[in-house]
Amino acid sequence: MSQADFEVETLLARLEVSLREELARRRLDDPAMIGVHTGGAWIAEVLHRRLGFSEPLGYLDISFYRDDYPQSGMNPDVRASKLPFRVDGRNIVLIDDVLYTGRTVRAALNEIFDYGRPAEIVLGVLIDRNGRQIPIQADCIGGRVELETGQRIKLTGPEPLQLAIRTGGR
Amino acid sequence: MSATAAADIQLDASGRLRHFLTVEGLSRELLVRIMDTAESFAGVTAQNVKKVPLLRGKTVVNLFFENSTRTRTTFELAAKRLSADVLNINIATSATSKGESLLDTVRNLEAMHVDMFVVRHAQSGAAHFIARHVAPHISVLNAGDGRHAHPTQAMLDVFTIRRAKGGFAGLKVAIVGDILHSRVARSEIWALNTLGVDEVRVVAPKTLLPAHVEALGVAPYHDLNEGLRDVDVVIMLRLQLERMGSAFIPSEHEYFQRFGLTEKRLEKARPDVIVMHPGPINRGIEIDSAIADGPRSVILQQVTHGIAVRMAVMSMAMHAGPDMEGSA
Repeated sequence: MSQADFEVETLLARLEVSLREELARRRLDDPAMIGVHTGGAWIAEVLHRRLGFSEPLGYLDISFYRDDYPQSGMNPDVRASKLPFRVDGRNIVLIDDVLYTGRTVRAALNEIFDYGRPAEIVLGVLIDRNGRQIPIQADCIGGRVELETGQRIKLTGPEPLQLAIRTGGR
Repeated sequence: MSATAAADIQLDASGRLRHFLTVEGLSRELLVRIMDTAESFAGVTAQNVKKVPLLRGKTVVNLFFENSTRTRTTFELAAKRLSADVLNINIATSATSKGESLLDTVRNLEAMHVDMFVVRHAQSGAAHFIARHVAPHISVLNAGDGRHAHPTQAMLDVFTIRRAKGGFAGLKVAIVGDILHSRVARSEIWALNTLGVDEVRVVAPKTLLPAHVEALGVAPYHDLNEGLRDVDVVIMLRLQLERMGSAFIPSEHEYFQRFGLTEKRLEKARPDVIVMHPGPINRGIEIDSAIADGPRSVILQQVTHGIAVRMAVMSMAMHAGPDMEGSA
């Protein structure tokens, strides 16, 4: 991936096109969108506008569903999840910034199902990186990156939205 | 116990909550974090499945040496909404009534691999005592000990105030009633002062105020009309009728005449005043039913908030690990 490919605007445009195509291909009418706090919510806010969704945007904080709680404890910055629409029978577009181990998406899916049983879920991510630990993949992506052990890609924002690769630490 | 010592036992080496025994000595930042976390848990009731898996596999023991249906029920519901298993120990029929010591009871429960004790006890300091003697992986939450502290009640009260008023700066709060016997009042005073309200008043007959109450950072009033003037929040306390045998007040009727909250008296407060009560209410003794059930009452909201606040404290205390951040 070249430096130009890390331009968030470029990745967002690709993700937007990919989502339009996927929603058309699966004929998913009037879907609702959910962004995963924090980076996924920033991305979802942009896409929600661009794709002209009729329902208000939903937000998920998956802190209460993380599988590493016994090791890591409570996230000190929990935000309230808010799904301002009925989930039962609904087509959902779930948005996150980075798909890495797959555990955040697993937690998000578990949380969504505690609100109801959606009809279909489309997963869109800005960046798909290597390092999957559980079998989860995105339907729509803005770009892919291969990182070495110890490297991580981080989205900062919301204004401006920027991606950076960091080595070690958090 | 000093504030520093109380904080020491409650926090781990990283300064995070391990036990929750008293508000005393805890930082404003930590109290705000409890409320922020509770805010997130309040949303869990919007789900079809009103549970999160946070404490799945953990066992919480409600160890109530003193009856309190409401407090025990909200702790139980909070633990269950966190997916924990809950054990309610009925002390009246337990081994303690057969002479087994408190510590023996705790040791036996520990041997059953429990993870948290929620303790209510008539003796001040009972929760501290247990916290000092439990295994390192066990958290202890104080659900009320003697006259000392009732920290989760105080936190649900300040959480209710924050939701109604948006914050604490500039607020005048009156706590009315049996301050002398009230662990709720002591914990509320600590919490409100730590969170930076403008003024905390305590309003009671002299017989129901501790000596040197000003040292707690409050302004004492003996006249309810004066005490209510321009306040934003009124917290009515329950008159401990079982403790009134030794003539702390002349009669319940006279108490209501002087310290009962009525519509007319409430006119002295700010127009957007909210009225709180930790329950159970003695109607017509502490508070007029028209107010308890009226639009300025947030008494039932307090009960609802009690679950979210107890979920927050339980989840924060159960594992005080390093911060998590980033998503995977």
